[in-house]
Amino acid sequence: MRIFDPHIHMTSRTTDDYERMAAAGVRAVVEPAFWLGQPRTSVGSFTDYFDSLVGWEPFRAGQFGIRHHATIALNPKEANDRRCRPVLDELPRYLEKDGVVAVGEIGYDSMTPEEDDVFAAQLALAVAHDLPAMVHTPHRDKVRGVERSLAVVAESGIAPERVVLDHLNEMTVKLVRDTGCWLGFSIYPDTKMSPPRMVELLKAYGTDRMLVNSAADWGRSDPLLTRATGEAMLLAGFTDDDVDRVLWRNPVEFYGQSGRLDLTDDDLTEPTFAGNSILRGGS
Amino acid sequence: MTVDELRAALRGVPDPDWLATALDRVAAEPATIARFFPAVGRRCGRDDLPDLPGWTADEAARALLLASLPADHAGQAETLYRTGDAAEKRAVLKALPLLPIGAAGVPLLHDAIRTNDTRLVAAALGPYARQLDPPAWRQAVLKCVFTGVPLAAVADLDARADGELAAMLAALAAERRAAGRSMPADATELLDRLTAASQPEPREV
Ligand SMILES: [Zn+2]
Repeated sequence: MRIFDPHIHMTSRTTDDYERMAAAGVRAVVEPAFWLGQPRTSVGSFTDYFDSLVGWEPFRAGQFGIRHHATIALNPKEANDRRCRPVLDELPRYLEKDGVVAVGEIGYDSMTPEEDDVFAAQLALAVAHDLPAMVHTPHRDKVRGVERSLAVVAESGIAPERVVLDHLNEMTVKLVRDTGCWLGFSIYPDTKMSPPRMVELLKAYGTDRMLVNSAADWGRSDPLLTRATGEAMLLAGFTDDDVDRVLWRNPVEFYGQSGRLDLTDDDLTEPTFAGNSILRGGS
Repeated sequence: MTVDELRAALRGVPDPDWLATALDRVAAEPATIARFFPAVGRRCGRDDLPDLPGWTADEAARALLLASLPADHAGQAETLYRTGDAAEKRAVLKALPLLPIGAAGVPLLHDAIRTNDTRLVAAALGPYARQLDPPAWRQAVLKCVFTGVPLAAVADLDARADGELAAMLAALAAERRAAGRSMPADATELLDRLTAASQPEPREV
């Protein structure tokens, strides 16, 4: 089973995790820039963090044979602090980096006017830099948060197939399904989604545009729940090819739209996958 | 290594027109280098250059871009290093000996040697490391041994290695022996060479 975890905060994880992930079949990850648990108060602490996402962390991942990519953004929670607003001016130079495959995590936390502004400004950056966008949906008031996020996405003019709405669940899957956006599901030990619930959603809605991630971070989370979901799919009667589609080809297709995925090692590509020309992109 | 050799080795890159345009633009309008520099890997590739051992296509192309600046090489190198991802930083380090900057790039070497990214440490110990003072250089060589960077990456190794470095290596070898761990073979060989050189020539009787 080859696994691409399209949402995991490796900065918060140990080398033990990298080892266990590699052993479980994880060969590539996307690490979205997000909140660190402790609010930041200056631009410098963001740029140091972003530098680590395009510097140290890919090196660390590489030692375990895992390809590391990042998405870069000012997250919705910290968008509410005026001191962090100048982070927006630093983003363009990061959005030109090789390992940066989307703008994210953007979206809503508490749906404030400040979050509106920062969300819209960053969708415009995604369009300007020809990158996909990775949208975090709020944990509180989720249904209205998803509806409002979809409205902002539609208004921005970005193509829906270049947007993923993440942290979806049974209540929000239908809202996103018909928009053409991608659907992200974070599998958590006891909140968000579980492997059995994810299998039910895949049965009901199919595997098209579905992304499964562990969203593992500094909270209680588990980087191996992608693998557990793949195994639950097989037990439920899905084929190896279905699992490969959800856990590998789908994230490769979505983030491949950046033209910047670098999965060129022979062991990462398999002849069954015809679309590998998108991996590196020409532009 | 010269700029002409870099240029020759890059003839076969996937998008030679992009590189040619970028070099012209940077020569005429230096500020544009900030835009071209991060895109180099995507345009010129990242493979090893067959005609230029030790260089990849993106490193060579970035070094050429830096070399084609009309002025302020030191300032631009510093900015591109500070704002660069790991590959960009590595390319700046490798370009330093090609640039008319005297010792102005030394702070970048110190920064790179402080990291734990072995690719940066190795790139900092190329020919430009002649600008490092002996204590910093010895510490950097020792760090290579610690972190598994092959000593082949170190320019002028035998010419610069001295008794002080030999003493540091010997202490490390003793520490490793006590812990039941081995030394990298290239470090043991260096220590042997340094020890042999310090022995008085056996006299014939
Ligand atoms: Zn997250």
